[in-house]
Amino acid sequence: MAGGWLNSVKRDFTKEEALKEYLYFLADDSLILGQQLSKWCSNGPVLEQDIAIINTALDHIGRARLLYQELARLEGNGATEDTLAYFRDHLNFKNALLVEQPNGHWGDTIARSFLIDTFNFYLYDSLRNCKVDSIKAIAEKAIKEISYQAQWSAEWVVRLGDGTEESHAKIQESIDNLWMWSGELFENHPVFEVLNDDLPSFVSIKEQWIKKVGQVLKMGTLIMPSPELWMQTGGRYGIHSSQLGFILGEMQSLARSYPNASW
Amino acid sequence: MGTNVSLEDKFQAYVDAENKVEPKDWMPEKYRRTLIRQISQHAHSEIIGMQPEANWITRAPSLRAKLILLAKVQDEAGHGLYLYSAAETLGEPREKMIADLQSGKAKYSSIFNYPTPSWADMGTIGWLVDGAAIQNQVMLTRTSYGPYARAMVKICKEESFHQRQGYEIVMKLAQGTPEQRSMAQESLNRWWWPSLMMFGPSDDNSPNSEQSMQWKIKRKSNDTLRQEFIDKTVPQAEYLGLTIPDADLKWNPERGHYDFGEIDWSEFYEVIKGNGPCNKERIAHHKKAHEDGAWVREAANAYAKKQSARKAKDTPAA
Repeated sequence: MAGGWLNSVKRDFTKEEALKEYLYFLADDSLILGQQLSKWCSNGPVLEQDIAIINTALDHIGRARLLYQELARLEGNGATEDTLAYFRDHLNFKNALLVEQPNGHWGDTIARSFLIDTFNFYLYDSLRNCKVDSIKAIAEKAIKEISYQAQWSAEWVVRLGDGTEESHAKIQESIDNLWMWSGELFENHPVFEVLNDDLPSFVSIKEQWIKKVGQVLKMGTLIMPSPELWMQTGGRYGIHSSQLGFILGEMQSLARSYPNASW
Repeated sequence: MGTNVSLEDKFQAYVDAENKVEPKDWMPEKYRRTLIRQISQHAHSEIIGMQPEANWITRAPSLRAKLILLAKVQDEAGHGLYLYSAAETLGEPREKMIADLQSGKAKYSSIFNYPTPSWADMGTIGWLVDGAAIQNQVMLTRTSYGPYARAMVKICKEESFHQRQGYEIVMKLAQGTPEQRSMAQESLNRWWWPSLMMFGPSDDNSPNSEQSMQWKIKRKSNDTLRQEFIDKTVPQAEYLGLTIPDADLKWNPERGHYDFGEIDWSEFYEVIKGNGPCNKERIAHHKKAHEDGAWVREAANAYAKKQSARKAKDTPAA
């Protein structure tokens, strides 16, 4: 793992805390990515794809709700899906840095989705066999939509890679630019050891991910950057890029302006 | 010439007998042009109408509200797609319709040239704008052109769902904190009159209406639809405890309808001419998305061509 400075935010977790932390990883990844994808609404390259990308945004936000509802139950003290989404600050968001990277152009968004969708596919597939019933049930429901998402983004990577000279150059650049945010997905984290056999460590997904990403990029006549390159880190510890503050600022603005209102 | 007249007479008799006209049937050229104009305008309204609501997706105040709004805007994109397809059955390619929208040759509902500064607008649009649209569209499920009538059946079901969702947003605001209440009232004040204008000019000033009624494309006049909408909506506002911004609005027991104040038609015509607060913004947004996506569409076409060439190469000649 890169970044010795992370030692200052590392801590020990009880089993109960570790379970919640793990759920925040999943929930925050879904919400932040869903929020980002939803910005494509009315901006897609063709109407059919506007509809398709809104679909993926809906799936992510829907999944985030299920995960936050479970977290709210574990957190108690009046927590709800909305207090968790709207009234936490960036230091408490535990999403991977990859999902908070800007939408950029269609190729940038596709590349970001492809890297995270492939990760989610293997992760949720293994969560279907985990020992935490609530997560198992969510994974069982989510795997169908995640399979669709992973297929959709992979198909677009191939289409752009093997499309025109311009699209090839663009999607290669998108993959190259986003690559340094991909390593964090498989980083070890103190909670994985605590949760041990109950839930899969994200580290266990890495080999399958590298293999699949390599295959798809090859189909798109694209070059896979080395997984050994220097990777960014911090998201799982609440240390984010500058992007997240703006994402949360926008998302939370109305809810926080009227904290006593219900909608 | 004589043959033409008799074909037109036969067509009118066919329509009068409540038969549906299908894409391959003979139809007067003016009937075809009228439908292309109306259906494409309807499609463009769905597509441009995504913008004022997409404006609030990222800021929706609860996750549930965010999902509902996102799903609603997605439905609108879907409606646009069916309607473009229905217009394509009349021989008009989608690319041409989009070009006409961007050049200003084709119109869309003027209501979408108003801004959405407030979350309450997400409720008011659903309640009033979708409500007014339904008033029109229920009539269109019986329109004489088959593909349009069938598209409208599906669209109407979703629109009435949207209207209930919109009303629910307004109801939560109206029954919420004092700030939420005034949010709802302020939004109603802005949307009421433009919603009434959605039915178009009054009957004595509506040039296309008569022919459309005769061909059963349209089955109720603008003023009839407007009155039905007002009669339906006033009790809904009363239930919420909101005030409709019209001092002349009152029940007329003799007519069995609400009387209402004079509509400011000069505003209506100015907005149609391009002088509404958002006309330029809406078209610029549409053009930008279209232009930004050009390389993506080119790539998809190039890839599809390569794939079919590969397939042809792999398939042995018969």
